[in-house]
Amino acid sequence: MTALAQRVPSRFLPVLATVILFVLAFGVGSVRYDGFASGQVIANLFIDNAFLIVLAAGMTFVILSGGIDLSVGSVVALSTMVTAAGLRAGWPVPLVIIAVLLIGSTLGLLMGLVIHKFDIQPFIVTLAGMFLARGLCFLISVESVSIKDTTFRDVATAVIELPGGVTITYNVIIALLVVLAALYVLHRTRFGRTVYAVGGNEQSALLMGLKTSRAKVGVYVISGFCSSLAGLLFSLYMLSGYGLHAVGMELDAIAAVVIGGTLLAGGVGYVLGGLVGVLVLGTIQTLISFQGTLSSWWTKIVIGVLLLVFIAVQRTMMRGRFRSLA
Amino acid sequence: MTESLSPVVEMRGISLAFPGVKALQDVDFRLFPGEVHALMGENGAGKSTLIKTLTGVHRPDSGQVVLAGTDVAFSSPGQAQEAGISTVYQEVNLCANLTVAENILLGREPRKLGGIDFPAMRKRAAEVLSRIGVHIDPASSLGEHPIAVQQLVAIARAITIDCRVLVLDEPTSSLDAGEVAELFRIMRVLRDEGVAILFVSHFLDQVYEISDRMTVLRNGTLVGEHLSADVDRRALIAQMIGRDLGALEAIEEAAEKHQADGPVLVQAEGLGRRGAIEPFDLDIRAGEVVGLAGLLGSGRTELARLLFGADKADSGRLLVDGKPLHLRGPRSAIAAGIAFSSEDRKGEGLVADLSIRDNLVLAMQAARGWTRPLSRRVKDELVEKYVAALDIRPANPDALVRTLSGGNQQKVLLARWLVTEPRLLILDEPTRGIDIGAKAQIQHLVTTLAAEGTAILFISAELEEVVRIADRIVVLRDRHKIAELDGSASLDEVVELIAGGAAPEKVAS
Repeated sequence: MTALAQRVPSRFLPVLATVILFVLAFGVGSVRYDGFASGQVIANLFIDNAFLIVLAAGMTFVILSGGIDLSVGSVVALSTMVTAAGLRAGWPVPLVIIAVLLIGSTLGLLMGLVIHKFDIQPFIVTLAGMFLARGLCFLISVESVSIKDTTFRDVATAVIELPGGVTITYNVIIALLVVLAALYVLHRTRFGRTVYAVGGNEQSALLMGLKTSRAKVGVYVISGFCSSLAGLLFSLYMLSGYGLHAVGMELDAIAAVVIGGTLLAGGVGYVLGGLVGVLVLGTIQTLISFQGTLSSWWTKIVIGVLLLVFIAVQRTMMRGRFRSLA
Repeated sequence: MTESLSPVVEMRGISLAFPGVKALQDVDFRLFPGEVHALMGENGAGKSTLIKTLTGVHRPDSGQVVLAGTDVAFSSPGQAQEAGISTVYQEVNLCANLTVAENILLGREPRKLGGIDFPAMRKRAAEVLSRIGVHIDPASSLGEHPIAVQQLVAIARAITIDCRVLVLDEPTSSLDAGEVAELFRIMRVLRDEGVAILFVSHFLDQVYEISDRMTVLRNGTLVGEHLSADVDRRALIAQMIGRDLGALEAIEEAAEKHQADGPVLVQAEGLGRRGAIEPFDLDIRAGEVVGLAGLLGSGRTELARLLFGADKADSGRLLVDGKPLHLRGPRSAIAAGIAFSSEDRKGEGLVADLSIRDNLVLAMQAARGWTRPLSRRVKDELVEKYVAALDIRPANPDALVRTLSGGNQQKVLLARWLVTEPRLLILDEPTRGIDIGAKAQIQHLVTTLAAEGTAILFISAELEEVVRIADRIVVLRDRHKIAELDGSASLDEVVELIAGGAAPEKVAS
């Protein structure tokens, strides 16, 4: 590791550590269980976690800017509810999609504006957003609403065959497109670099003449959009809308982003880290299901331990790196 | 140069008040193209506020800003930049987590197909950097470089804008002599290209070397505008401090030395920390001023942090009053009567959003413990005493620390430590970025405290100051204590020791 650490810039180390962790976890599975090391198991990682990948991408923006978005799980639930109720009422599929994405983005915009204009901690504002969105679900229906629309069901069940007989769903394609788009925006656009700058030092970013307010509000719009899109993917995955869907999913998203090496303090991290973070979480889940006798709550325990270890590692690394800045 | 008859910037009747402070009152200011204009004044005179009014950080309560003949009212630094006013602030205002190239060009980066064109960006950044003679990898993170280099990157950022007005707010306080000369060369080039440069520095030598014209402020009001050639130092200082050169005499007075023969208060035996400072021996007597001399990075601050327990020593031991003291952290040092006034006054020590009174009371109460509350009367008396003793301005205990100038913040920080009545006071760069008047006051205070029996460890990058004030000088080089001189040592001796025959250390990489 030390020889490697010298050649790789230190900013890539956390992501690299996550990749190594993923490879290790997968390697353990492959050695211990027959059939683990198959293409389909990897494909299933993506299929089962497509919505989480999208959520993590949006969350990466927010965390990079130094904020946090606790509302994403509830917005996913609200989106499934709107989708299911809309389709039940006979709305055409494109209209439903547009409505859902609009609702999510608008919620994000409102939260971003409140955070920015009134200078309130994102934690509180998005906590309020979380309760609001969760409550709105039950305004639509307190029961689970199943989705019977044939177009929607067709898309949900459609499979795409990859070479080697591995199949994936459209969800996976959409999730990967989102990751690509996020990569582009964060690394290749002025908006994206401003997000990094704001997370690094907001006052400096302002004095550099960057449009910090646009970045600060924008990240919540992006996160809101990603949450509603994740909600659509979740609807496709579950084929139902329910106010109790995706309870606590915001925490999974945050965990994935942090395990992926993004600093909670903002300014340091990568979208791909979040993707690998999701894959790590998924692999642990798969490992435990292959094991068979362990309860699925072991996933949570492992994730908890991982999260602690990663934050401790990040902390030590940052100490060494930013000393010169003091 | 044909335009030089009409000013590029004209500020008329600018007034601005913060809670409890009238920062600027009816100030006029003009800036001509192709000149270096020095803005002079003590701390709290309103220099930074005037600059921030020009650059769109503050909006004036009244008055107008005219840029090249048109009225402007910037509501953000971004707008001012677009209008051609770029600024380099005293503290590096860049993002350490981004690359050097991004820090230079972000906001006006070259684009390709709607996205940032990184190869072109790095190339342009490298061009700008080489124009000012800095050779670092534009793709490296800014945070990897020392502060002096970061400062030069900030200047590189400022000159990539097609700027008509360049504001340099104390750009030289973290640069060494070679880097200052380089900066001046760049400033002259820009000036000859017709850029108007507004320059703030507390180093009079530098001001006289580079400036064509100067404007003097005092207490938020305009005192005068002169050609630099027309006004000599003494007259300038008299204008800045507004009294009959009393401050200069105070400096002379401060030079009065005394032989400290008090008991040894703090004794370090082979104290050291790997990578910070090699093991050293050091005695500090009560009533003695010990000066630490050395270049940036020679281990000055590191030594002080060990004495204060801010870092843990990995060798040697520390004795206080002849008894070994195990420092578990700053708290145990404070309990033993050791105080450390850090060079980072913003980050450590002051609560910017509280008033002067609250900041002092916090320290007093912390020193007494919460079980023995101070009466309102005692608090008021103490606050009044320190505000007066240190000449903190404004002398209004309810003014927010945030709104004070750097020098006055430094005084509040000092007062915070003084109320705890320390036996050893460690002062790390207490006079950095501070004007002559305040400097003299702080130096005077140091000698007074010593005369009263406080031991003082005085750290300063300005060797002259160390030589003048210290009863004993400890010289550091490359993280080693290399010599100990008595107070009669001359500046030349110290410089020679620091240079040590070896190649002089450069601050920049």
